[in-house]
This record gives sequence, C-alpha cells and structure tokens, in this order.
Amino acid sequence: MSRKINVAIKRQYDQSSGSQWEKFSVDYEPGMNMTTVLQRIAAQPVTSEGKDSTPVAYDACCLEEVCGACSMLINGKVRQACSALVDNLLEDKPDQITLEPMSKFPVVRDLVVDRSFMYNALKKVRAWVPVDGYFDRGAGPKMSPHEQEDMYPLTTCMTCGCCVEACPQINERSNFIGPQAISQGVLFNEHPVGKFEEDERMEALAGAGGIADCGNAQNCVKVCPKNIPLTRSIAKAGKMATKHAFKRFFGS
Amino acid sequence: MANERVVVVGGGLAGLAAAMRLAEAGVSVDLISMVPVKRSHSVCAQGGINSVNTATRELGDNEWLHFDDTVYGGAFLQHQPPVKEMCDWGPRIIDLMDRLGVAFNRTHEGNRDQRRFGGTLFKRTAFAGATTGQQLLYALDEQCRRWEVEGLIRKYEYWEFLGPMLDENGVCRGIVAQDMFRMDIKAFPADAVVMANGGCGLIYGRSTMSLICTGGAAGRCFKAGVKYGNGEFIQVHPTAVPGTDKLRLMSESARGEGGRVWVPRKPQDDRDPTSIPESERYYFLEERYPKYGNLVPRDIATREIFDICVNQKLSVEADRLCVYLDLTHLPGTTHKKLEGILEIYEKFQATDPRVKPMKIFPAVHYSMGGLWCDFEKNEQTGGLVQGSPRNQHSNVPGMFIVGEADYQYHGANRLGANSLLSCIFSGMVVAPSIKNYIETLRTHATDLPTSMFDQEQAKHKAHCDALIAMDGDENPYQIHNELGDTMTRNVTVVRYNKQIEETLSKIDELSDRYKRIRLADKGNWTNQNLSFARALDDMLILARVIAKGAMLRDECRGAHYKPDFDIASPDADDEATLKQQATKWCAEFQESNDKWLKSTICEYSPDSDHKFSYEEVDTSLIPPRPRTYGLKGAEIIEDVWKERQNNGKANADVAAETVASA
Repeated sequence: MSRKINVAIKRQYDQSSGSQWEKFSVDYEPGMNMTTVLQRIAAQPVTSEGKDSTPVAYDACCLEEVCGACSMLINGKVRQACSALVDNLLEDKPDQITLEPMSKFPVVRDLVVDRSFMYNALKKVRAWVPVDGYFDRGAGPKMSPHEQEDMYPLTTCMTCGCCVEACPQINERSNFIGPQAISQGVLFNEHPVGKFEEDERMEALAGAGGIADCGNAQNCVKVCPKNIPLTRSIAKAGKMATKHAFKRFFGS
Repeated sequence: MANERVVVVGGGLAGLAAAMRLAEAGVSVDLISMVPVKRSHSVCAQGGINSVNTATRELGDNEWLHFDDTVYGGAFLQHQPPVKEMCDWGPRIIDLMDRLGVAFNRTHEGNRDQRRFGGTLFKRTAFAGATTGQQLLYALDEQCRRWEVEGLIRKYEYWEFLGPMLDENGVCRGIVAQDMFRMDIKAFPADAVVMANGGCGLIYGRSTMSLICTGGAAGRCFKAGVKYGNGEFIQVHPTAVPGTDKLRLMSESARGEGGRVWVPRKPQDDRDPTSIPESERYYFLEERYPKYGNLVPRDIATREIFDICVNQKLSVEADRLCVYLDLTHLPGTTHKKLEGILEIYEKFQATDPRVKPMKIFPAVHYSMGGLWCDFEKNEQTGGLVQGSPRNQHSNVPGMFIVGEADYQYHGANRLGANSLLSCIFSGMVVAPSIKNYIETLRTHATDLPTSMFDQEQAKHKAHCDALIAMDGDENPYQIHNELGDTMTRNVTVVRYNKQIEETLSKIDELSDRYKRIRLADKGNWTNQNLSFARALDDMLILARVIAKGAMLRDECRGAHYKPDFDIASPDADDEATLKQQATKWCAEFQESNDKWLKSTICEYSPDSDHKFSYEEVDTSLIPPRPRTYGLKGAEIIEDVWKERQNNGKANADVAAETVASA
C-alpha cells in the first residue's frame, strides 16, 4: 500500500458559519508541497473516514513564492503553502499536518481569507510615485547601487499577510495599518520622487493606526517569506514620524 | 465625452498598463481580475525587459537591430509594423518604469545596468534582481491604486470573466462576470473591452505558468467569435525545474549572467558534477553554436536539450531527463543579482545552486499565439499609426486584445525579456486607440436598454446552475490530467502528425467525457470547483485549436518542429556537393516560406469543426532569411542565401531596366 500523509484542515463553509476540523489522507509523492496536497484533495474530496466531502477552498497562484496568494497556518505557523515541502513538515511532525486559515483576516471559506484590509492600508500610505504622467519625460532619477540594494528588498513585498498575522498589535480592537504598509510608506518616502509626498504619507504613518501602534514585538520580520527588513523600516518610520511631528509643531 | 467606460479583463502588466493610461485619458475603467491584481502571472517573469540603451548604442545597436533580432527570433511569423513600433518604444517604456520607481539594478554611476539575454549579441535587458516581472507589475499596480483613490479605476478582484456581451450588430457592449466569493453574476456595460487575460499553459497540465493561466477567458472570447491566431506556437522554455504541482522556471538570465549548460560526456556519469573535469564535460550549446553559445533562442536551446537527452541518451540521470545548468563558477556578486531564482531552486530542490549545478529540463512556458487583433501601418515610419482604432482591435468591434493573450508580437518564437516589453507596450498603445474608437460610436453602453444586460446575466446564471448540477461519473481533475499528458507528450518540442492525430482523438474522447462530469461542490458560495470545471471546457476547446493547427502546419518554424518536414542540413565532405546541397536547402526554404509563412487563423464552430485559414504576414520591412544562429556547419547556407539574394536583386534590376527601356 502506498504511503499516506494525514492532513487535518480547519474548515468553515462561509463567513457566518462556525469552523470544524476535517481529516484527509493523501498519497505521498516525493518532493510534494502543500499546494499539491490541496490539489489532490480538490480532485478527490473524500475524508480519512471515507466520507464524501467538498473540495477545500484555498488561495494559490504562482506556486513559487512570488505572488503571495497561498499564506495560511501550517502546523500553526504562518507561511506560504507552495514552499512548504511535505518532507520537511513530516520531519517535524510525522503524524499529521494541520492547515488553518490566517486568523487576522475575515475567513471567506476554508483557507481563503479576505485581505482587502492590506490593500486599503496601501491606499492610506499613498504607496506610489506621484509622477506627472505616462508620456515620455526621460529617465528616472539616478540611484547608486547601494541605494538600489536598500530599496530592492522592500519592493519584493507580496502583500501576503504573514507579517499581519504574526503581529500582536493587529486585532479586532486596533486599527493598526500593519508592518507591510509601514514598510511600503518608508519605501516611497525614501524614493527620490516619492518623497515629494512624504508629508501626505506621514499623515497615515504618524497618525492614528500608524507607527505609534507598533509594539516592537518583532514577530513580523521573523515570518516574512521574503526576508524584508521590516523592523528596519519600522525604525525608519519612527524617525520620520518624529521629524514630521517637529515639522508640524514648529512649521517647516 | 462624458461617461466613457471601459472594462479591462486581467490585471497583469498589459491590463494594468491599459487601465492606467485609460484613466490618465479621463476614461473610467472597471478592472476585472480572478485574483488581486498583485498576484497576476506577470510576477513570475524573472530575468528582465529588453530595449536598446545607451550602453548598447555605443556598440552600434539601435531600435532597428532590436526589431531585426525579434523578427529573426520569431522566424518572421509576426506582422512587422507592430513589432517595429514596440522596439521603437522600448527605451521610453524602460524610462517610464524607472520613473514609476522600479528598483532596476544600477551601475557605479547610478545608471540602469543591463544583462544579455537569448537571441541577441547585445546587453539589452534591464533588470531588477531576478524578479523583474514582479517589480514592474507592482509599479503599475501602485499607479492603478492611485487612480482607484482618484475614482477613475474601480477594481473587481476575485471576479471571473464569463463572456462578452454583443449587441444585435455584433458590437461588444461590455462583459458578464461572476464574483468568485459570493457567486453573484453581474453585467458590466462598457463602450469597449480590453482582454488582457494572459496565457493558457494549464492546457498542458503542469507548466511554468500560474494556476490562473487556464485560457478560460480566451476560450470564452473564441466561442463568442473572436478569431484565434497561431495557436500551435507554444514556447517551451529550455530551463525549468520539475515539481509535483508546477514546473518552476529558471530564468534565461542565469545564462545571461554566464551560466553554462552541459552534460557529462560519459552517459549518466555518477560522479559529483563539480569533480568532473572540463575535458569530460560536453558544453553542447557552446560547441554547436559558437557565436551565441548558451544564449541561442529558446526554441533552439530547448530542441538541443531534448536531443541530448532523448536521442543522444546523455541525460544526467538515468530515470529522469535533465541536464546541468551550472552557475558554480560565477562570483558572489553575480549570484546576488540572481538571488530571486537561486532562492527558488534552493527552497524547492533543497540544493544550493551556488555550489552544485542545477538539474533542469524544458517546460511549457508561453503562448506566442492568441486572440487575433489588427493594426494600422504607418507608411512613413513602417510602425503603427498612433491612436488608430484598428490597433490591438479584434475582429469583434469593441473588443481589444493585449499582452500574452494576443497573437501579435512574437511570431513562431519569443525572445527572452521581450514579453514584459510587449505586454506593457500593447497595454500602453491600446488606450488612445480605444479613446478614438469610442468617439466613432453613435450609441454608448449607457444608452442601451437594461433588458439586454438582464438577459445576458440570466443566460450565464442558467449555465452556471446547469454546470453545478452536473452529476455524472467523470472527475474534471482526472480529465485535466489526461489532457495535460497527451498535450505535453505530443504537441510540444518534437511533433509528429500521427501522434497529434492521437491527441485530437483523445481530445474528442475527453470532450465527450466532459459532458458527464460531476462537481463535488454543489454549493453557491466560493465554489472553486465550478470555476475549474468551467475553465476545463475552454481548455479542451483551445487544446483542439492548438493541436489541429499543429497538425495542419507541415513545416518547421520556431517552436513548431516536425522532423518529417525538416529540410536536411548540408553535410557533404566535398565542397562542390556541399554547395549543391546548400543550394537545394535554400530553394526548399524559399518554397516552404512561400507556402507557410502565414498566420494560422482559427474560427469557432459549435460542432468543434473549427474553421482554419491562413493570413499573409506583413514582412514589408525585413525580408525573411534562413535562421541559423551561426550553427557550426551552416555557414554555407548563409553564403548561398546571400548569393541568391544578390542574384535575385541583380535579376530584378535587369528586369526593371528592361521595363524602363521598353
């Protein structure tokens, strides 16, 4: 008989229903990852007890950890399902792998959550370069290789939600915009043209739900799949906020 | 004009570029995407984006040479005016992306750095690490968010395109889409629709493409009457890493930065690859193509790797086909530039490619073909008439096609790092064309009776209900697996008519079985089963377009390779015979071009007997020529071809003189 992997999945039919665990057994394949496991369940949605079930709803897209879609809790830890290799997971916990939706976002169904909160936060911090238009106006600003190297990691943020999930300051009672939005705000404040809107950006970064709400738990940087130096961004945002406060107090 | 509204379907590079420029022109945009647009497949593009630049100009490069490389790379199967226009725009597009904040790698002086890519001898490719597609997409995403705040763009993310709405004159008046969470079906009236729905790699089961690249939207447009062009031209990328759920791309930039492809000369040599001495390694691309080396175009590199593994039996492993892609000799600074892809390899293969050569094999990667669209040539420049309503316009009035979804830019084979350019370019260029098209309309979507939209919604609702109710004995995922297997086996790198015929019969069988599928999810809330089953129907339809197109085309061109119709290469030892052979080769090449240098055009028929016809290709700017890429031993073909052209020209001159003097 082929080797089976046991997977327990926390399921929830829709936004108003409660959740329950359901167990599946999936044939092991060498090199398989958790998105493959979910694909196999979608193809044969039968529980470990042999009961017909429905395919588990999940978000996944690029399958190579650049799109940010498949964030979920795997064995209790937030990460991308595509880069979660079954062999490694079994090494830690051979009996069973658990999958749960991220807890800081409203569950849509099963493992699918609604992350629109994060996109709205990007609007608040005005995460863009305010160019005049899209016609030909020559090259962008020069930039040293060093500046590019500082900027590049921040530009790889996939809005996957891992940092938001790990952040203790984000909960039902807070309106903290979260590490990713702060980091994006810093990215554009440091851009040679982006900084022209620094004042507007600071309204969100230094205002309610902004940098002051960070509790410095530093969980965000530990779970970021792209190793973005989020705590460095947060420290920079803190300095920018101080400068902004002075500027507002004394006038520029 | 007030209340102009355009629907853009797809939020990858092409869709976002179109949306952003339409918004800039004051047009309201509804942007429909199956995933939050930041997750579009453009994020998977790694290596870079091509354009002529100051550094290449110093070495004699110009826009014309980029254009020449592109059509030579595409085996001359693309209409030349749009391609010329795209290459002319290249430098301006990179400048724009730079201004939008893309973190392009820099030189010491702070200028953009460039790397070399396949099919060219110039370093034209600007890059941001090895995640250039992601960086470009995010820059456009940010601009669209800005327009969202301004109120000109409304985003509908997690909404799936179900079909266009055509009025009684066959003019497109919007689309119908479904909320993938709540399952509501809604009509989106519009004065024009931009299809930016990307490629269709999932027809092949596993490919380098994302899970959303089903071809679902393209299939729905095809069914509604949009013609499909050059479907059989599917790019198989030479270097990917096999996985259980997808084949992960290892960017051409790995070779552009100095990576070398090789196999041990001794078949399945089981020594540690790093301990195999140089003399016992076969760098087959470098030996066979001394001029381009590891950077021959993708169709050629893929065929050579295939040949090494299948025919020469030199695969690195005995039970799995693969060759080495070796970066171990490169310095740390180069590894840093390639970090994005090296991390992918390390994460998924648990081997560090900085110290051990990667094991790679070709994988389905890009559709050169796609939905048909038009262009208007500017006779003065040879490029496009700016703002012509014909540009990117499909045969269905009001439907425009951009990005990988269109068939226009890459002919029979796409050059690496040209896709990001063609996506942004087509998205940019379509906006003024749409603006001008809307001005020609006498009635606008807002003038039409709502009953028309209600009817369309009801039609799609009924179809959804019927699909959910299907309760047969077939599993859609099983059908998809079988489709992927037969397509990958028979309609990829090496194609034989007998095998393609088998695939067509298999598609018949699968289409028949599709009628008896069962959906495991009968619910009306976030039903991903429904979305997949619906796309499967489109995949089956497009698979037929691809396979039938491949069967009908009895020649070798770019990615479409049929050994039974290959022209035998000159191989004689004595010079006279060699020349004879080359002369014969050139005559056959010319004959084949006369017959086959045409775009395949396919039109939908409900009985699956789709109509195939062939469209002349506009090669008015650069005459087609043999595509040897300096292959060792093929110099004689180049010589004879030149002679032939000179003689032809001389003959034409004589003829012209005779006419003049008569």
